[in-house]
Amino acid sequence: MEKVVFQKSNMLTDAPLHFCPGCSHGIANRLIAECMEELNIDKKNIVGIAPVGCAVFNYNYFDVDMIEAAHGRAPAVATGLKRVLGNDKFVFVYQGDGDLASIGAAEIIHAAARCENISVVFINNGIYGMTGGQMAPTSLLGQKSTTSQKGRDIGRNGYPVKMSEMLAQLDGATYIERVSTHDAANVRKAKQAIKTAFKCQLENKGFSMIEVLSACPTNWGLTPVKAMEHIKNDVIPYYPLGVFADRRNEK
Amino acid sequence: MAKVTFNEAICKACGLCVEACPKKLLVIDKSRVNAKGYNVATIPEDKQSECVGCASCAVMCPDCVITVTR
Repeated sequence: MEKVVFQKSNMLTDAPLHFCPGCSHGIANRLIAECMEELNIDKKNIVGIAPVGCAVFNYNYFDVDMIEAAHGRAPAVATGLKRVLGNDKFVFVYQGDGDLASIGAAEIIHAAARCENISVVFINNGIYGMTGGQMAPTSLLGQKSTTSQKGRDIGRNGYPVKMSEMLAQLDGATYIERVSTHDAANVRKAKQAIKTAFKCQLENKGFSMIEVLSACPTNWGLTPVKAMEHIKNDVIPYYPLGVFADRRNEK
Repeated sequence: MAKVTFNEAICKACGLCVEACPKKLLVIDKSRVNAKGYNVATIPEDKQSECVGCASCAVMCPDCVITVTR
């Protein structure tokens, strides 16, 4: 008897993804869908919040209700939804680094401080992808982009923002973990992390965020395979993987 | 026997599956293109029987091209 080892999640639509070849957004979308499917959350009870950025079209890809928030305001929209709809609805937020760490920094900090019962998936690829590869708050020192052509310079541009470490300081943040997508083993770990975050919300334990280190081969100017090597060799040393806050027993 | 099938119409030939395969069975078939104009990932017929069905290729695929059965 033939057994299915891997197939596309039923939480995803059949729409072909618009992402560039090798973009980690596709992997992250799939992991979220698989986690919701495996946790047996009813499709009718899920609301996702799409950000501004490359992931803006993910309302076409998830076969659940989605809302498109103004730039950076996804956690604020999620706060309102969760409070109005109540805990029987599952609300997840999907944001990139330009959205979450820059224009949306205030929203994410206060959503975490208030311990809103939402789950945030934060895609960190260190660049503004959709607008053409500008420097993001999370761009690495020395990283070349269209607005830092000689590389990010400390004197001129300051230091990259480590969102997970920053939010972990807040007592309201229940679960914060950073994961990567650069190889199959890490993608599997990322899935477990996202599942833990989703369980947090299902058990009414409050705010959780998973930072997913992702590749942007197009704007990094690398092939997809080389971009994954770049994450392993250059990005992870600056953004170490691991659990930064776990207050599930305190809530 | 493990079987890997590819939804070639949505493959973008990024090559992450090729890199992920522990047995290095997958290749990007340069002799074919899909409607989007990309070459497609595949396992050559003579290599199919060597697949152990670990699904690492499918786990790395950003576009859900791959289905694995065992």
